[in-house]
Amino acid sequence: MDIKVRVWRQTDPDTAGKMVTYGVKDISPDASFLEMLDVLNESLILDGDDPIAFDHDCREGICGACSMVIDGVAHGPEKATTTCQLHMRHFSDGDVIDVEPWRAAAFPVIKDLVVDRSAFDHIIASGGYITAPTGAAPEAHATPVPKADADLAFEAATCIGCGACVAACPNGSAMLFTAAKVAHLGLMPQGQPERDTRVIDMLQAQDDAGFGGCTNMGECSQVCPKGIPLTLIGRLNADYRKAVRKKI
Amino acid sequence: MARRRSSVALKLFMAVTGLLLVAFLYVHMIGNLKIFFGAETFDHYAHWLRTIGTPLLPEAWYLYIQRAVLTVAVVGHIVAATILARRARLARPVKYAHRPKVQGSYAARTMRWGGVIVLLFVIYHILDLTTLTLNPHGVSGEVYRNVAEDFAPGRWYVTLFYTLSIVAVGFHLRHGLWSAVRTFGLQSPRGELYARATALVLSLVLVVGYLSVPFAVLVGLVD
Repeated sequence: MDIKVRVWRQTDPDTAGKMVTYGVKDISPDASFLEMLDVLNESLILDGDDPIAFDHDCREGICGACSMVIDGVAHGPEKATTTCQLHMRHFSDGDVIDVEPWRAAAFPVIKDLVVDRSAFDHIIASGGYITAPTGAAPEAHATPVPKADADLAFEAATCIGCGACVAACPNGSAMLFTAAKVAHLGLMPQGQPERDTRVIDMLQAQDDAGFGGCTNMGECSQVCPKGIPLTLIGRLNADYRKAVRKKI
Repeated sequence: MARRRSSVALKLFMAVTGLLLVAFLYVHMIGNLKIFFGAETFDHYAHWLRTIGTPLLPEAWYLYIQRAVLTVAVVGHIVAATILARRARLARPVKYAHRPKVQGSYAARTMRWGGVIVLLFVIYHILDLTTLTLNPHGVSGEVYRNVAEDFAPGRWYVTLFYTLSIVAVGFHLRHGLWSAVRTFGLQSPRGELYARATALVLSLVLVVGYLSVPFAVLVGLVD
């Protein structure tokens, strides 16, 4: 199939960027979106142009590195799919596809489609951990966990920290990410000692990083490649309210 | 970056002030509906409002205390909303070149401008029916006549603005009410369904209750 892509090109963080159109010919419908960009980059290199910079790593939908807004939707049109797992068969011959980086003040563009997601690391560093002696793995049944809690914690833990929630949110909010991390640890017995400080500190790190607030639009959950449920934000709100009350 | 006031704390504040205002809207609506019992009942009710709390409080003091509380709630709600709206704007300095319509409901997407419309209406409404500055009849104590003259068919534009504003309130509450419950910590999927349904019903009841008065005047049920 022959398509056109309009891609955001920006040489460095301080230079203004713009959308540039490229033609891509004879792309297999079974190529992934990233493979299509690889093919385009090969031709750009052969022509002596600068290839399009984009983040990618595992290419099997579990690392959260690939980050692009395709036709205005983070990770493209397929539900619960990362860009690397999106295939060209979901597009039509002759399509013009817009490709942009995550847009958020907290995620500055480094080059082209690559953004700096350190803000997420700062949120994690502020409380996304438990304090426990390391060493040999403890006996699995030493600490019983109710099945329902384990399931919900696991659902929250599937967050790969890609940042699509921020990219999609009309407020540029990171609430779904922070909520997933707070729920994931807060549901487990091992996460209880730091449950209150965690939610307060992680939320503070999120707000300080320049993300917006949540207005319960639900865009984040819609584009999340792991389908993290919006209800976890309610859980964060409840944890936050209780933690602040205890502090007072 | 500087330490910011917690966005969830701001939202909690908006939820509390918002619910207080909704409670007032319900009481106000029930009061409005007394117009259907005739001029005497309605005017008597309006006068009774000034006597709440007496003789413990001097006449009309309760009313002024309530007005003060409501003003603080409205101003606080707006200040918190403005801080959050400003943060949201700053959070995305470069816009998307390609952005399909946000999937959230119409009510969710119009919270901010809808809120501005409601504020403008509240200012007009106070000038119209509290201070009577803009009321065509404008006689203190003759509440029934003030309302009936206000929504007379010749003043269709007043009724139109009133209708649009009340519908804006309805949309604002449809998203605001369930959103407030989520801010308090609602987290079950079924709870969300109930909260959304309840918010819709409460908003619809308010809209119908408030609009029944001007439309009753328009069709001559109240004159």
